[in-house]
Amino acid sequence: MAKSFYTNTEDREWYRRRLICAIIIVAVSFSVIIVRLFQLQAIEGAEYRRLSEHNCIRLQSIPPSRGLIYDADGTLMVDNRPAYNLKLVVKDADPLEETLEKLARIIDVSAEELMETILSQKNVPAYQPVLLREDIDREAVAAIEVNSFDLPGVSVDIESRRQYIFGKTAAHLLGYIGEISEEELDRQPQEKRYRAGDLIGKFGVERAFDEFLRGVPGGRQVEVNAAGQVVRVLHEVPAKAGGNLRLTLDQRLQQKAEELIRGIAAAVVAMEPNRGGILALAGSPSFDPNVFVGGLSGSDWDALISHPWRPMENKAVQGEYAPASTYKIVTAIAGLEEGVINERTRIFCPGYYPFGNRIFRCWRLGGHGTMDVKEALSQSCDVFFYQVGQKLGVDRLALYAKELGLGRSTGIPLDRESSGLIPTAAWKRKRFGVPWVEGETLSLAIGQGYNLVTPLQMAVLTSAVANGGTVVEPKVVSRFEPVEPAGNFRAGHSDPSGPSGPAAASAPDKLDKPGRQLSWKPENLAIVREGIWRVVNGPRGTARVARLDGVEISGKTGTGQVVGRKDGATGQEKDAPAHYRAHAWFVAYAPADAPEIAISVLVENGEHGSGAAAPIARELIRCYLDVSG
Amino acid sequence: MFDRRLIQYFNWGFFLLILMLAAIGVLTIYSAVAGGSASPEQGLYIRQLIWYGAGFGIMMVTLFIDYRHLETWAYLIYIGCILLLVAVIFVGREAGGSQRWLRLGFISIQPSEPIKVAVAILLARCYAKTLSREGLNFYQLFKPMILVALPFLLIVKQPDLGTGMMVLLIAGSMTLFVKIEKKTLMAIILIGAAGAFLSWFTVLKSYQKRRILTFLDPDRDPLGAGYHIIQSKIAIGSGMISGKGIFQGTQNTLSFLPEQHTDFIFAVWAEEWGFIGSFFLVFLFMLLIIWGLNIAYACKEPFGTILAVGLTTIIFWQVIINISMVIGLMPVVGMPLPFISYGGSSVITVMICAGILLNISMRRFAAE
Repeated sequence: MAKSFYTNTEDREWYRRRLICAIIIVAVSFSVIIVRLFQLQAIEGAEYRRLSEHNCIRLQSIPPSRGLIYDADGTLMVDNRPAYNLKLVVKDADPLEETLEKLARIIDVSAEELMETILSQKNVPAYQPVLLREDIDREAVAAIEVNSFDLPGVSVDIESRRQYIFGKTAAHLLGYIGEISEEELDRQPQEKRYRAGDLIGKFGVERAFDEFLRGVPGGRQVEVNAAGQVVRVLHEVPAKAGGNLRLTLDQRLQQKAEELIRGIAAAVVAMEPNRGGILALAGSPSFDPNVFVGGLSGSDWDALISHPWRPMENKAVQGEYAPASTYKIVTAIAGLEEGVINERTRIFCPGYYPFGNRIFRCWRLGGHGTMDVKEALSQSCDVFFYQVGQKLGVDRLALYAKELGLGRSTGIPLDRESSGLIPTAAWKRKRFGVPWVEGETLSLAIGQGYNLVTPLQMAVLTSAVANGGTVVEPKVVSRFEPVEPAGNFRAGHSDPSGPSGPAAASAPDKLDKPGRQLSWKPENLAIVREGIWRVVNGPRGTARVARLDGVEISGKTGTGQVVGRKDGATGQEKDAPAHYRAHAWFVAYAPADAPEIAISVLVENGEHGSGAAAPIARELIRCYLDVSG
Repeated sequence: MFDRRLIQYFNWGFFLLILMLAAIGVLTIYSAVAGGSASPEQGLYIRQLIWYGAGFGIMMVTLFIDYRHLETWAYLIYIGCILLLVAVIFVGREAGGSQRWLRLGFISIQPSEPIKVAVAILLARCYAKTLSREGLNFYQLFKPMILVALPFLLIVKQPDLGTGMMVLLIAGSMTLFVKIEKKTLMAIILIGAAGAFLSWFTVLKSYQKRRILTFLDPDRDPLGAGYHIIQSKIAIGSGMISGKGIFQGTQNTLSFLPEQHTDFIFAVWAEEWGFIGSFFLVFLFMLLIIWGLNIAYACKEPFGTILAVGLTTIIFWQVIINISMVIGLMPVVGMPLPFISYGGSSVITVMICAGILLNISMRRFAAE
């Protein structure tokens, strides 16, 4: 067939027709291009010529409106408010001095100061606006509008500003926003979602959920005149607002917590023991996130950073402390589960325990006498737990501590979480190159030594005891409320500012993680619960001060020695210099039979858990459960 | 051995047309990059001249080899190009998020360029054997489909969606030219639609999807691609009827135009020479394409005819897509303008196409 294809005229004609068809397609295609070129160059040419001569197309980014943040009850905690910025074009403000004089009378600063502001921005061309004052009040704006004829060259710009309504309240949790840094820009993945000058969450929830909160910026192509003023908008794509967050936080409880720890260095965590929702998370001293919004001066930042009580540190999540006697909960459970002790095991405490060539003292010099594990918890007997720890050994003890969530991050979606430290024999060999000394296990068993925990980890541990052995993952968001249809926010998209696991768990149905159920005997846990119930309610409990009429509280005190003091040093706490005084702990839950709130309180250098920390927990429980007693 | 008719039949007109386009290309690149003072790109027009020197050299060499040998070598050439594409995946140089380049000593080549020619040659061989007035049926199409799908997938994997689509366009145009049975054509359209639907959810990367979406809805990215297009339109439109004059373009010298010496080179030409100049250049291209089809018609045996159509198609689609993109009729897809845009791989490929077309033209007597 093919060989003879061209031999007859019929085939030749068939081929010619196909070719003509192809030529027609080619001619039509090129005609479209010619027509388009004629349109661009001949018909609209003059307009494009004008545009090209001024090089006057500018791109403007339209910032999206950032999502709002509410507490669990729907109280608005973070919103955006309009901020008015005062600007002045020097070239148009003629006569300049007179204009400044009039302006000075309205906004209550001297004309000289305004002049200084102008001179400090010399690099701004005379025909472009100079920023005179940021965020002036509404009355001033109104006055300027009214007198605009007398104020040539003066203008007021509106921008949206982040506002933390309750100021310092929950500052460590909410975080703050700021302009994206060079480093953060470089770190973002290939898809460029952030541009220089964008505002980005820097800390706390603002950072962890930045992707969700920020929305999608829009853009605008504008034509500007020689003075840089927009003459015409050529093309505009509106911004998409970010989604709103509903937190698990109880704003009232949060404020109460902060009130209680004002003036001291302390941290408080309150959470729902069953679901892990953070009810309050406070650190003291704190900071006002509003000061970060407009940019912070170097000296203000230095003051925050160099403060001895570290206001920028989220102590509840970042602070690492020796757990002290609160750790006896771990030792008790480990001892019971491993069969080292049982409910009836009784140990005599003479006030000291000789081990090796050392004497390990009980905090009560006269001794506690003979007691079982419940009473040992209740009276926080050191000698009892020295012996339990000795029988367990360091590694078995560490196993239970880790099961309870110590020694690693809890998974709370806040950055810079500390993992704490639960030592093992292998860890010490690796870290210091020397074998474990058995005496160290004794210190560990009462929460001293290398042990380090965060207040949040202790709240999780307390929750696990309260809820019957489930280690929950703490969460801060109860609901994501996208403004756009849900598909718009892509869950799991990585955040350039670092790991952001929380975004991955953003789908509302994934919010309630079941937690990790521990496979311990319920009766052993019941023994521990009974023991710490007696801490508050027993006749000799160490935290009887925390008793509350109308609701039963269970808890455990702790007094943690500060690094730098010798292990086992005696002497009165109150004689020691303030920063060497022991840290005070109290972990608690209530009501004891059906817990609704679990609390962990740490007071730096608070000396005694019972005196400094327990009353704080009591007041929080009173506030949360609304007990009048 | 040397046939005097080869010179007698040499297509001087076509050759002159190519020379003209090459000259316009080098001149425009000179204008595009000369403006910026002391920029490292200033020497680009000299490099382009060198590429054209090499291109004309290769073209001359191809003239002496009877194009009908290509029918025999079709698979060899094809497999060679496929191996290069595979090599790119393993040892390719990455640029801008995709691996397209292969380093060979002191030069880098882009195997996705020559594969277009290889596919055209191989398809010409296939169709020359199965050609009929009734058109191809499904069974006859099966082999060509596989042969096109392989390089297509390799190119898309790089990922270079633009060139991948180009291969499909070339193959599709050639196939339509040799005619497909009606019912087969309908079946293919249905399968193609389903395939496109599926690949949307599997193969395509998010940035490729975004490009396609930007094509369908250019408003999606006003600060990115949309900005390039508006600047390109300003450059072209501001040329008006007679242009701003050679080297007088302002849009490109002020670097408002993106990639002014590669993909957006047409805007530089149109700004300086106005509608008269851009009409002239478009007309030259149209002349080239129709001349290519005429060479196909003049050839008296099927392989040469179909090959000529295929090679003409390569140039045709690149010209249409590039210019449409620059004047805002199509999305920005990264496609050089044949003969004009800067780039070694592009110049060499286009010169090989032109060389083979001349080759077919000067041997048109052979089948008589």
